[in-house]
Amino acid sequence: MSEKVIYVMFDCDGILKDGAKMLVSKGVKISDTFSPFPIHGIDPIIGVKNTRLGIMSFLYGLTGLTLASLGMRFFMIKDWPMNIGGKPNFSYFENLLAFVPISFEFTVLCAAHGMAITYFLRNKTLPGMPAQNPDPRTTDDKFVIEIRTAENSMDEKELDKLIKETGFIEIDKKTI
Amino acid sequence: MQKEAAIREPLILGHKSFHDITEDVCRPIEDKAPKLWYILFGIALIIGVYGVGCILYLLGTGVGVWGLNKTIGWAWDITNFVWWVGIGHAGTLISAVLLLFRQKWRMAINRSAEAMTIFAVFMAGLFPLIHMGRLWVGYWVMPIPNQFGSLWVNFNSPLLWDVFAISTYLSVGLVFWYIGLIPDFATIRDRAKKPISKKMYSILAFGWSGRAKEWNRFELVSLVLAGLATPLVFSVHSIVSFDFATSVIPGWHTTIFPPYFVAGAVFSGFAMVQTLMLIMRKAMNLEAYIHTKHVEYMNIVIMVTGSIVGTAYITELFISWYSGVEYEAYAFINRATGPYWWSYAAMMTCNVVSPQLMWFRKLRRSLLFTFFISIVVNIGMWFERYVIIVTSIHRDYLPSSWSMHYPSPIDIGVYVGTIGLFFVFFLLFARFFPVLALNEVKSILKGSGQSYKESPDYYKSH
Repeated sequence: MSEKVIYVMFDCDGILKDGAKMLVSKGVKISDTFSPFPIHGIDPIIGVKNTRLGIMSFLYGLTGLTLASLGMRFFMIKDWPMNIGGKPNFSYFENLLAFVPISFEFTVLCAAHGMAITYFLRNKTLPGMPAQNPDPRTTDDKFVIEIRTAENSMDEKELDKLIKETGFIEIDKKTI
Repeated sequence: MQKEAAIREPLILGHKSFHDITEDVCRPIEDKAPKLWYILFGIALIIGVYGVGCILYLLGTGVGVWGLNKTIGWAWDITNFVWWVGIGHAGTLISAVLLLFRQKWRMAINRSAEAMTIFAVFMAGLFPLIHMGRLWVGYWVMPIPNQFGSLWVNFNSPLLWDVFAISTYLSVGLVFWYIGLIPDFATIRDRAKKPISKKMYSILAFGWSGRAKEWNRFELVSLVLAGLATPLVFSVHSIVSFDFATSVIPGWHTTIFPPYFVAGAVFSGFAMVQTLMLIMRKAMNLEAYIHTKHVEYMNIVIMVTGSIVGTAYITELFISWYSGVEYEAYAFINRATGPYWWSYAAMMTCNVVSPQLMWFRKLRRSLLFTFFISIVVNIGMWFERYVIIVTSIHRDYLPSSWSMHYPSPIDIGVYVGTIGLFFVFFLLFARFFPVLALNEVKSILKGSGQSYKESPDYYKSH
């Protein structure tokens, strides 16, 4: 059986949201939306789970803090303890205050870049990747709902009937 | 959509639709550049190239070509460094701190303010690098295994903290800025007609499609980056101030430095944002998005931070006397009444008096006056650093070591050259990049736009 993708276009984020709510309540599975800016509140309606990138950022930050602490302990205390102004470096904790700025900076560095790289990889947004939005207008002022027939138990006619009630402006079907 | 009080001034003037916003921002990129752009770019490029020439001459000859002497070992170079880093504080403050405070007016200015920040930090980073004299061994500031055995950089030194602070700030700022740019590059990509520009913007847009999940991640990443960048902004200039505060030079060895430097940085950064924004909104016809209310908000920030800076100046003076330390007291008396009194006077007038004028509503809403004050503040903030640095060291403990600093033509050339290079970068940015955060401005249209303010049902019928 050939799979069809239905793109339903709206010119207002509010109408799209109401339409999506109605479709979902009738048991339609919406696979994705495309919009020029985030549509607040759409995620729970179409079942997009919240991202866990925040947790990842925290873990990257912890890694950075650990690396900075271990590094500075090695450089300044273990490998080559310097005697600065008669105040030798005997232990990490006696010198801790001087290590605070770099520990902080390195934590931020790792948390920010680790998260950014993960974000690019998870999104598959990388230099040279092809655009996947169905219509160029979705980055301007149009909003699109994507419905896949394979993900829905109802047939196309039933879907069409439900979609007609949403207040869409254009509809486009593609066979893949 | 967030509800907003009707009495608040609209942030987007005129009856704009989403498509109008795209048009207004993308048209200057797609059209041919106006003649004025070429003229400005040409001037900036000539000045920038002259600066590069001065830098090359300096690298070939040695740091001796600066007007330094045995008493004054730090002068214009570090002054310019601190000045540029300070200017580079507004962008991240606008995009990060104001994002956490949910200030919607930032959306019109954050993109170009951040670009300004990044270019300013580029310029700032140049000064410590050329001060090394041998630029090509600049990587020695990194703790990397080396041929000298166990020779590591000194992690107790504020100069090394600075290396980490500035590089973290620059790279995190760059990533934050670019992540915000991606969806807007996608907008330009989808509009582009010429194959070359389509290809270029496709690469820049990283294949952004605007899926629900992408936006979900985008919003969280922006928020977390803002949360990370906020303490970063404060830490960076605190660390810059440690370069002085942890030394034992009278006039530098003060605990007030970190908050005072941070306030000064925000103060000068916002002044630079005002200078650039006022020209840009006119040149690119963005008056509907960056208007009097935005200017007023920024002037209030300038007024508050300027008052903090003024308070810090007076506190410093008082404490130098109250401390009972003769050297400390002398450093400040000498600043105000010694041979450099004129720079102290310039600093006091520009930084303490001028922001207080912003208490008058008429003045802080006047664009011409704002432009004038923004230039005055930037001059004043340069003098602040000059006063702190040069006047504190020019009269050493021994009167036989007393000296004066006279900038050499290379000093001046390098400094002016960085201003040229800064404008080269900024003009390129304004020509090829979306200067307004399209996706963010669109998201506040239904709530803060004039049409909505006048009749909240406007967008239901349109």
